[in-house]
Amino acid sequence: MTVRSDLPKIVSGRWDIADAHTLDGYLRTGGYEGLRRALAMQPAEVVDIVTGATVQGRGGAGFPAGNKWHFLDTAAFPHWIVVNGDESEPGTHKDRTLMERDPHQLIEGSLIAAYACKASQVFLYVRGEMAFAQERIAAALNEAYANNYVGKNILGTDWSVDITLHWGAGAYIVGDETALLESLEGKRGMPRPKPPYFPAVMGLYMNPTIVNNVETLSNLPWIMVNGAEAFAAIGSVKSNGTRLIAVSGHVKQPGTYEVECGVVTFREVFYDPSLGGGIRDDNDLKAFIPGGGSAPWFFEEHLDMPLDPTVVGPAGSMLGSGAIVAMDSTTDMVKACWRLVKFYARESCGKCTPCREGTSWLELILERIIKGHGRPEDIGLLLDIGDNISPGPFPGPNVTPGEPAYAPFPYKKTTICDLGPSVVSPLMSALRRFPDEFDAYIARNPRKLIEVASA
Amino acid sequence: MARLSAHNLVTAQAIIARYPKPRSALVPLCHLAQEQDGYLAEDAMQHVAELIGCTAAQVYGTASFYEMFKLHPTGKYLVGVCTNISCMLSGAFELLEHCERSLGVPVGGTTPDGMFTLEEVECSAACTVAPAVQVNYRYEESVTPESFDTLVAQLRAGTRDDIPPHGVLATVRQTPTDRWANTGKTGEHAP
Repeated sequence: MTVRSDLPKIVSGRWDIADAHTLDGYLRTGGYEGLRRALAMQPAEVVDIVTGATVQGRGGAGFPAGNKWHFLDTAAFPHWIVVNGDESEPGTHKDRTLMERDPHQLIEGSLIAAYACKASQVFLYVRGEMAFAQERIAAALNEAYANNYVGKNILGTDWSVDITLHWGAGAYIVGDETALLESLEGKRGMPRPKPPYFPAVMGLYMNPTIVNNVETLSNLPWIMVNGAEAFAAIGSVKSNGTRLIAVSGHVKQPGTYEVECGVVTFREVFYDPSLGGGIRDDNDLKAFIPGGGSAPWFFEEHLDMPLDPTVVGPAGSMLGSGAIVAMDSTTDMVKACWRLVKFYARESCGKCTPCREGTSWLELILERIIKGHGRPEDIGLLLDIGDNISPGPFPGPNVTPGEPAYAPFPYKKTTICDLGPSVVSPLMSALRRFPDEFDAYIARNPRKLIEVASA
Repeated sequence: MARLSAHNLVTAQAIIARYPKPRSALVPLCHLAQEQDGYLAEDAMQHVAELIGCTAAQVYGTASFYEMFKLHPTGKYLVGVCTNISCMLSGAFELLEHCERSLGVPVGGTTPDGMFTLEEVECSAACTVAPAVQVNYRYEESVTPESFDTLVAQLRAGTRDDIPPHGVLATVRQTPTDRWANTGKTGEHAP
């Protein structure tokens, strides 16, 4: 049993407190203590503490926050902190809860980051569809401004910074950091090529910019209060602290849980009574998504794998944004694959041709297969389109348990951002593991019967 | 329909002042215009362009990229049924069929009385309480056909004060404050 009942709740500790979203409730539970400690230090010391804690980014890519800050030229003026609250990866349900139930924690985390990086201004980019989260953050910001936690001469020091709450307007692609910056500049949210547009060098308005995820920043107040060693003591050697996972799909107790990084296994996520609680109707697990819609699927043989990026990556998938979706034995894998492909087809921004054309072709071909008009050559066509978006062997577990993965994560791509190759993940996973289901759909094509009759 | 009202103009100028460059206020100002009219009208886009110093075509080009901006009037309540993977596994397509029957319009349609527009939307970050429905971006969680019909009846009867008409996004705004550190010049207060 590796699910610790005494695990400190680093980011979700205030979720059960009814008034935690107000300044009173936040201060009563130790709020803004981390900011006070940070302000008593030099900015470089704060960077060192966060680097020492090794907070891996919780947005999807898993890049350590402290290292990211080191890329920033703090002498350049001006430079910015942008908080990525555009959570929309299929299956993810953590940043919204953090913003709704504990907005001050995010504000405090942003302030610590702004102080450490000597940023001129903080932009809080919240997904447009999350009206309640926007209200909670706006109310919290207004309180924080009125009580001298944000604005001029914060807490009596000579340090000042502004936080601007920005609303998105409904585009998954804006979750990509460069697309988010384009959107924040008031343009269509299309990603910029990296290189040269690494945000830490050429970000918002071409100034150096740090883009951090909501959960990543929410960890900072706890780290400032309890120290980097306490944070690093939680989790495995290579991935520190806790992370939020959203368990959804065919489990008995879907929910957002805070678990220890790198220790808890997928089996525990699905079956532990304090987490998933078992598969719906006690069915068998057919497949599961380990890290959001963009991750290649895992199967029952991966259940004993810990939630550690250094283990999951070589096995051909990723932990991404912590979205774990269970699919039980009753699931129609062709339909599940089609629905995810349809998502990427709808959300492709249209900048790169392989993604713009490829995603919608994949959707149309899968749709005709499901409607009983599939052709035998469609499987080859699907593979070919997938190869155009992500050339070479695509990451993913081998269909034969025990064999090495096809390729380790991440994927290769012919597109600027990761949306393109993400569409290939569900496609390849379903095609490799469940080819019979595709064949069964294609065999339903009535056209073949007519050919037999006319011969 | 209309340019921004005098009251909204004050709000718009406060929003613009919060950004180092006015163009960044494009999306929030389009939200403001949509809040005023229920959709994003051509005159409003023209007005936004004047306020932030770009062309109306640039405002239109950006606004049309984002799904939340409706360039034509919609129903008073925008009903978005999520059918992405987690909701699909919990029966979202069956729920969507029920919604179509119950409202009497196909996906994308508006009821003749102008009350409801039905949409099939992508993951709305409510995966652990699937299937999820958003009405004007307010969440209804673990929706069943029965609870959906109850919701529709409540909306028709006008007993759901927590759901404002389409266009109103957040009812709480970041307000102008005398503690605002930036006096207008980009990043003037930086250490």
